[in-house]
Amino acid sequence: MSRIEAEVGKPQGGIMQWIDERFPWTETMKYHITEYYAAKNFNFWYVFGVLAMLVLVIQLVTGIFLTMNYKPSALDAFASVEYIMRDVEWGWLIRYMHSTGASFFFIVVYLHMFRAMLYGSYKKPRELVWLIGMIIFFVLMAEAFAGYLLPWGQMSYWGAQVIISLFGAIPGIGEAIVELIRGDYSISDITLNRFFALHVVVLPLALISLVLVHIVALHQVGSLNPDGIEIKEQKGPDGIPLDGIAFHPYYTTKDLVAIIIFMMAFSGVMFFAPDMGGYFLEHANYEPANLTATPEHISPVWYFTPFYAILRAVPDKLWGATMMAVAVILPVFLPWLDRSRVKSIRYRGWIYKFALTCFAISFVVLGWLGTKPPDTLYTIAARIFSAVYFAFFLLMPYYTTIDKTKPVPDRVVYHG
Amino acid sequence: MVRFGSLARLVVIAACFVTTLASAAGDGDEQMDEAFIDPDNIPSLQRGAKNFINYCSGCHSAQYVRYNTIGKHLQLSEEQLVNNLMFNAVKTFETMRAAMPAADAERWFGTPPPDMSLIARAKGADHIYNFLKGFYIDPDSPTGVDNRVLAGTSMPHVLWELQGYQKAVYSEITDENGTTYHFDGFEEVTAGMMNADEYDDFVRDTVNFLAYIAEPIRSDRRRLGKWVLIYLFVFLVIAWMLKNQVWKDVK
Repeated sequence: MSRIEAEVGKPQGGIMQWIDERFPWTETMKYHITEYYAAKNFNFWYVFGVLAMLVLVIQLVTGIFLTMNYKPSALDAFASVEYIMRDVEWGWLIRYMHSTGASFFFIVVYLHMFRAMLYGSYKKPRELVWLIGMIIFFVLMAEAFAGYLLPWGQMSYWGAQVIISLFGAIPGIGEAIVELIRGDYSISDITLNRFFALHVVVLPLALISLVLVHIVALHQVGSLNPDGIEIKEQKGPDGIPLDGIAFHPYYTTKDLVAIIIFMMAFSGVMFFAPDMGGYFLEHANYEPANLTATPEHISPVWYFTPFYAILRAVPDKLWGATMMAVAVILPVFLPWLDRSRVKSIRYRGWIYKFALTCFAISFVVLGWLGTKPPDTLYTIAARIFSAVYFAFFLLMPYYTTIDKTKPVPDRVVYHG
Repeated sequence: MVRFGSLARLVVIAACFVTTLASAAGDGDEQMDEAFIDPDNIPSLQRGAKNFINYCSGCHSAQYVRYNTIGKHLQLSEEQLVNNLMFNAVKTFETMRAAMPAADAERWFGTPPPDMSLIARAKGADHIYNFLKGFYIDPDSPTGVDNRVLAGTSMPHVLWELQGYQKAVYSEITDENGTTYHFDGFEEVTAGMMNADEYDDFVRDTVNFLAYIAEPIRSDRRRLGKWVLIYLFVFLVIAWMLKNQVWKDVK
């Protein structure tokens, strides 16, 4: 082989060539970043994927430093958190970053999921992307739940008590399952230790792996866009989608702007209102867990309250727990419940717009109701909005079929 | 357009419904006076520290709070710390322990007096402010007093010397549903060493100190937060310019 041939075939030499012959580095970078083509008309709703990854990194890094100082024992846990807050250099910053990050994780993930519902991102051929995303959501809920026990405050303890005891409603094997989860006859040091193991090893590992799989699945089919148009159907002579632009440098630079705005909001909370009025860090959790004193009013952290409101709306424990589980799982079936011919809300009829609005309102109101004590009026409201929540999913095969859709253009709408 | 209008109307109706719910259920709480504490007022915090040591630390610990941390934030020298605050400690890095042994406390009061390190974050400054002003004579109680904020508290009116004793005044309201009692306020029975305003200030300083020890780094985080936001804003402008430069050719 002549020298010229070698240069034409492989433009790089040196170290990159050495690596590429052994590991597909350049190929991977091209496939996922520099030659991954996304539609040019992404709007506000499309930043939450990258923001969710940012928060994951924040949680992992701050989590590592917290683990260096936290003690997973019923005797020391509460005091070790105060030790981090008061005596560890910059411990307060690390801890507030982690606690603020937990809430922002859910804000970002809920908006990310709502984006999919707005533009039909879950529809064919992206069903697997959606399914993997839903599994990530379940793991995230488990991760947050396990993490919330660790400060060993009153709300950590009694919140966990309420949620774990729900499994006891399962006929026959309920109590055995509850014991299996707790590892004891009540929530104890043993429970705390295993929740710590789940929170810092098992679930984060699962999260990281699933996020990678989520992205690989997404890049296989390509990102959708606010118009719900498959940009791969309109390619130029070079094989690049006409409406596509490379992820890098276009979306790296655009996402950077979003990331900074997000970090400003994050910092605003973290530095000026880390408790967020008792929603991000509940007041009762500043009292150490007390097995003999049940708090007057037990409510989970805000990101679980929509489902908690559904649980309480049902008078029966088993049915309440079942309804709650169904409410959490129902979005899994969206790709098959939605029979509409179009993907994006831009080209759907009024029925879907109306249904999605009702759903969004019911989710927010249920979340608010879940933070309130179970009052008669609240319970009635929770029942009404739970019905709306379920109706959105269960009636979807019908109303998306009869909904009048608008014609979808061939090319995305972009105003420069 | 008409359809979008109906959507907007739905949002408005839902919003009205939520507000009605909120106002219908929000009347449960007893009216509380606001504490008006000022976390940046160092002299107030210093007075509060003195009050806490003199009147509270006999029974209440603040087990996560170190004397030298207080000294640093409240601008006290080591000598001032040792002479004025550390009656119950030898080294400045020690935490604030109560003079009373916990076992005795439990025997005497039925329940040990709670640790004060985080009480302001758990209960809120206003709650403690009203609690310390809320003792009134109740002959049926073992301590001779009860409290408007925490009924049946086992804490005696430790500050009686300063505030004096007061009684709760109720007015009787009789209507078709029967007779109910409405709390009108307190009335002084025996005068203390302080008048009402002086006592308010005393309690305010003490609550201010309790709020400070609940989160000693509060002023640090606020100060740092401003710089972080300024830095991010500059970064934002640069990132925005970079994005526009890169996106110039996207048509």
